[in-house]
Amino acid sequence: MTVPSELYYTQEHEWVAISGSSASVGITDHAQRALGDVVFVSVPEVGARVTSGEPCGEVESTKSVSDLYSPVDGEVTEVNAEIDDDPGLVNSDPYGSGWLFKVKLDETDGEVPPGLMSATEYTALTREEE
Amino acid sequence: MTDSAPATGQPAPPAGHAATPRRTPLTAVHEQLGASLTDFAGWLMPLRYGSETTEHNAVRTAAGLFDLSHMGEFSVTGSGAAAALDYSLTGEPSALRPGRARYTMIAAEDGGVIDDLIVYRLADAEFLIVANAANTGPVGAALAERAAGFDATVTDRTDDYALIAVQGPRSAAILAPLASINLADVKYYAGYPAQVAGRSVLLARTGYTGEDGFEIFAAPQDAEYLWAELSKAGAGEGLIPAGLAARDTLRLEAGMPLYGNELSAAMTPFDAGLGRVVKLDKPGGFVGRDALARRAQEPPARQLIGLTLQSRRLPRHGYVVLLAGRPAGVVTSGGRSPTLGVPIAMAYVRPDVAAAATDPTRAGTAELAVDVRGNAEPATLVELPFYRRRS
Repeated sequence: MTVPSELYYTQEHEWVAISGSSASVGITDHAQRALGDVVFVSVPEVGARVTSGEPCGEVESTKSVSDLYSPVDGEVTEVNAEIDDDPGLVNSDPYGSGWLFKVKLDETDGEVPPGLMSATEYTALTREEE
Repeated sequence: MTDSAPATGQPAPPAGHAATPRRTPLTAVHEQLGASLTDFAGWLMPLRYGSETTEHNAVRTAAGLFDLSHMGEFSVTGSGAAAALDYSLTGEPSALRPGRARYTMIAAEDGGVIDDLIVYRLADAEFLIVANAANTGPVGAALAERAAGFDATVTDRTDDYALIAVQGPRSAAILAPLASINLADVKYYAGYPAQVAGRSVLLARTGYTGEDGFEIFAAPQDAEYLWAELSKAGAGEGLIPAGLAARDTLRLEAGMPLYGNELSAAMTPFDAGLGRVVKLDKPGGFVGRDALARRAQEPPARQLIGLTLQSRRLPRHGYVVLLAGRPAGVVTSGGRSPTLGVPIAMAYVRPDVAAAATDPTRAGTAELAVDVRGNAEPATLVELPFYRRRS
């Protein structure tokens, strides 16, 4: 299982990459393995507001339907159109071409948004679940 | 992300099962292979090794290797074994020749299905019954009670057998070099004592995937060796290990019922369109006969149908089927068909639904749909099975 050290993580198995005032969001390797083959992802539309810890979409796999939670507060600036044609990207490259949406952050004070975990903390969480 | 809908095709563990799921003789192998393991009916079983879609497709085009050691096995032996089974089951095992097998069911007095089973006749006075893991307890209890008046002994053999299945069009080619008997002599639904890779097994041509394939009942201590030998023999033929997720979509495409979805104690075999497994006229009577005879005369209360959808979202167990926007039934099993590339579902609907949906005079006013979490996704009635193998 891969847990890139430069990313931040949620309890609900989303990852977020923060660069200045912009954040990219996806689901983790652990999550895609637990879900099985992803067949459909619904993400918020460009311009929609997302709030940390609140549902903003769905990930549907052959096994189940799961809510997608936003890791951050802000406005959606871009969604990954490739996922619509090939939801399997979430399985094959969850931290790369399987990204889901990008957000312009409300707060850009350089601090990590509250409630997110480091790679070390997230790894510990997934070990507990296994 | 949190699960908001349950997994499909996974019955709840039976009441009173141990909190820690049981391991099969092959669980360590699955762990080495990096499988996603799940608690299935009280057993720790491989759900998938990599992509379940890849595993499904391997079984359709080449072969898959399955650990089915969670299944329950019972031997029924003695001079009265055949008569005891005729009385206990809906079918007529006494009519089987040694070496042959049959799909059958065990019914309650009220005609409800306790389980669906495969019965193998190994010799004149020896049968092997294979039951679903979740139903091993009830099946064993019913068999023991019903055999009491006969010269027959029922023995739970679940712990004596590892069960390995090789399924798919290349399975005979993979198994032939390892088998002591000529596989051309093993017909579909036959099973014989044989050696595979030098180990004594019961080798049967049965399965639950809609493909040609074999099931190998082996001693638990031989399971890892046989798995390794079969993996080696199949490597050049496209054989890969396949988990329960692929097994569920394979059986769904093949229109095969799953206990807990299409079959239950509240259903008779007739509800599932499987009245052919009920031998009302066999001599001697059987448990559930009177209720099933009545049921055979009554108009059906429901019909099991097949649906295909064009939606992105999947129909799942428990979703409501709509006719002209009104509830008309419920999905029993659903998922994405890797072979057809679209969502498919089996559903129980009111008996008038199929006729209404195909009535040309009602075209445009009797549309079928599945309520997928608030969205009415249009559905098309299709004949079962969704997939039938060539030849």
